[in-house]
Amino acid sequence: MTAAALEPPLLDVDSLLDDMSTSIIVCCGSGGVGKTTTAAALALRAAERGRRVVVLTIDPARRLAQAMGLEALDNTPRPVEGIDESAGGSLDAMMLDMKRTFDEVVEAHASPDRAAQILANPFYQAVSTSFSGTSEYMAMEKLGQLRAQASVHGGSGEQPWDLIVVDTPPSRSALDFLDAPRRLSSFLDGRFIRLLMAPAKASGRAYMKVFTGAVGGVTSVMTRLLGAQVLQDVQTFVAAMDTMFGGFRERAEATYSMLADAGTSFLVVAAPDPDSLREASYFVERLSAEDMPLEGLVLNRVATTAVPTLSAERALAAAEDLEEDGAHEVTAGLLRLHGARMQRRAREQSVASRFFAAHPRVPVAQVPARPGDVHDLDGLRSVGEDLAARA
Amino acid sequence: MTSPQTDRPFDGVRLHVVTGKGGTGKTTVAAALALALASNGRRTLLCEVEGRQGLARLFDSPPLPYEETHLAVAPGGGDVYGLAVEPRAALMEYLEIFYTMGKRAGRILDRMGAVDFATTIAPGLRDVLLTGKVYEAVRRRERGRPVYDAVVLDAPPTGRITRFLNVNSEVSGLAKVGPIRKQADSIMSVLKSPATAVHIVTLLEEMPVQETVDGVAELRGAGMPVGAVIVNQARDDLLPSHALAAAGEGTLDGSDVREGLVAAGLVKSSQPGTRVIDGLLAEAAEHNERIALQRQERAELDTLGRPVFELPLLPSGIDLGALYALADLMCKQGLT
Repeated sequence: MTAAALEPPLLDVDSLLDDMSTSIIVCCGSGGVGKTTTAAALALRAAERGRRVVVLTIDPARRLAQAMGLEALDNTPRPVEGIDESAGGSLDAMMLDMKRTFDEVVEAHASPDRAAQILANPFYQAVSTSFSGTSEYMAMEKLGQLRAQASVHGGSGEQPWDLIVVDTPPSRSALDFLDAPRRLSSFLDGRFIRLLMAPAKASGRAYMKVFTGAVGGVTSVMTRLLGAQVLQDVQTFVAAMDTMFGGFRERAEATYSMLADAGTSFLVVAAPDPDSLREASYFVERLSAEDMPLEGLVLNRVATTAVPTLSAERALAAAEDLEEDGAHEVTAGLLRLHGARMQRRAREQSVASRFFAAHPRVPVAQVPARPGDVHDLDGLRSVGEDLAARA
Repeated sequence: MTSPQTDRPFDGVRLHVVTGKGGTGKTTVAAALALALASNGRRTLLCEVEGRQGLARLFDSPPLPYEETHLAVAPGGGDVYGLAVEPRAALMEYLEIFYTMGKRAGRILDRMGAVDFATTIAPGLRDVLLTGKVYEAVRRRERGRPVYDAVVLDAPPTGRITRFLNVNSEVSGLAKVGPIRKQADSIMSVLKSPATAVHIVTLLEEMPVQETVDGVAELRGAGMPVGAVIVNQARDDLLPSHALAAAGEGTLDGSDVREGLVAAGLVKSSQPGTRVIDGLLAEAAEHNERIALQRQERAELDTLGRPVFELPLLPSGIDLGALYALADLMCKQGLT
């Protein structure tokens, strides 16, 4: 069979989880591919194999969140009840509150007066809730905070965690997670913001007149477009944030280098459809360009079959024959069901094999599609078994 | 399958906004809807606003420019045009039209970073620019009639849709007076009118249905007109319901199945064929579980009091042919 040539190396999930030098696992991928469930399942499996784990989830389904004791979005990791701790492990879980995390960064970097001023500013409110990339930035910020408390290299040991598993925000592109912090800091450091700041910072100097002249042109257009209040708000915001610029940039850079660290492993999660695998490809290429540690691909919701020898064509043709004869209605239905399943499987395999051919060295774990949703620890355990299965 | 709707609830609608959780296929549904609405000699515009060039991929065309481009011919004659709305270009266009500002001035603003600034940080401005362009296309007239019979917007996902459409309240923190505010007010008057319908695409799975329920409540709270719930990738029963239930309980008669397989020539009469039979029964049991879950999620959707349409999971995947098949189903179900 020619397809055998495209069989990718197997991702050894248990070795990854058992390796004490693995301190961070980041699950990336485009939206709707099952990142949250994958992250939770990995965290649970690691904990039951003896690791002290904390998992940062972004937006779990309500019932799964409840099963993990994540009733409140309070930004604090809490122990998950009902896990098997006999191997000496433990599991804490938290759900990210993006706005709260951002507010805390502001509060940590500015004086109380200044912080209050920033938090009330409409531009800050826009940036902290809807700037594209804010949730990615905050997920990274939170990851940095968790690591700082953890019992890993670079952490204070205040918390027992020796493994941090991170889910990433449901963005369109997996790359957003890598790009967002730099985008935010380069934005805050942008030329226009500098221009807006300039008059306030350097007024009185002669050469500034030319400069402010140009800015004046722009600001008058902005004023006409948006009204005068806006500009004042912008300047207040920018001036207030200015004190924190250094802090933001440094943190973004520190987090970025933490991700390039040997203890960090990236898992790209994808569904076997063209869009999601295209995103996965971009991400794999990007990680390799940045020398970041890619561990492998988790291919989720893969169609499986219990009767691989019966092809779609034969099953569907036989169903048609039976239907023509008007007998064996149930058998015909079973054959149609199997035929549709085999067609789906063939389409998925052809999409996946394109990825395997383009990235022959990326290890892959394939997780079969499940008939129902995962919303309890048993469900997560069985996903974990599938992740670690040696096909 | 849902029985075909007898009435056509969206006859007077000019702007169809299509949203849905990521991964539910909202771009596919929006494209099929644009085809359906263009059938029999009509003309529709299909807009995307997220810079992903999803429409070009779907229609096998080169990346769409910021310019209305012919994408496809609809069944029975009729045209679908596509437009990728891009906030920077929309801002430039806006400045040109409303401020008779030359391209040069625009370039200077751009070089200073003002365009980036305005389209990324000014709260709501980006969305006003995006919805503003769509609004303009809905209202555009030539020779006494609208240029487009309908406009379909492949909108941001459910989690962001209310904020995206509710431009008025978004810019209120920003612009209390001035042209942006006026623009936002006129956009809102169309978005909240019966000429607009916001459709939500969902799968019959827990998370997307949960998001649909939340999205409907949020849209209603903001006074936005909720259109249809469009179920995508629904699985057919394929088996009679008693057989499905029996498969779920593991009581489906294997010897009956064997007889059928022998009749179809898939199992030799001299052989037991156990592996094939057990395999098919196991697949049927899984299918039963999925169908039961679908039923449960569909019941949840029915409580929303909105028309529910249903599109099947196509084993062949989505290509241009599949879009036409889905468009045809939408017409038959009375969505257009």
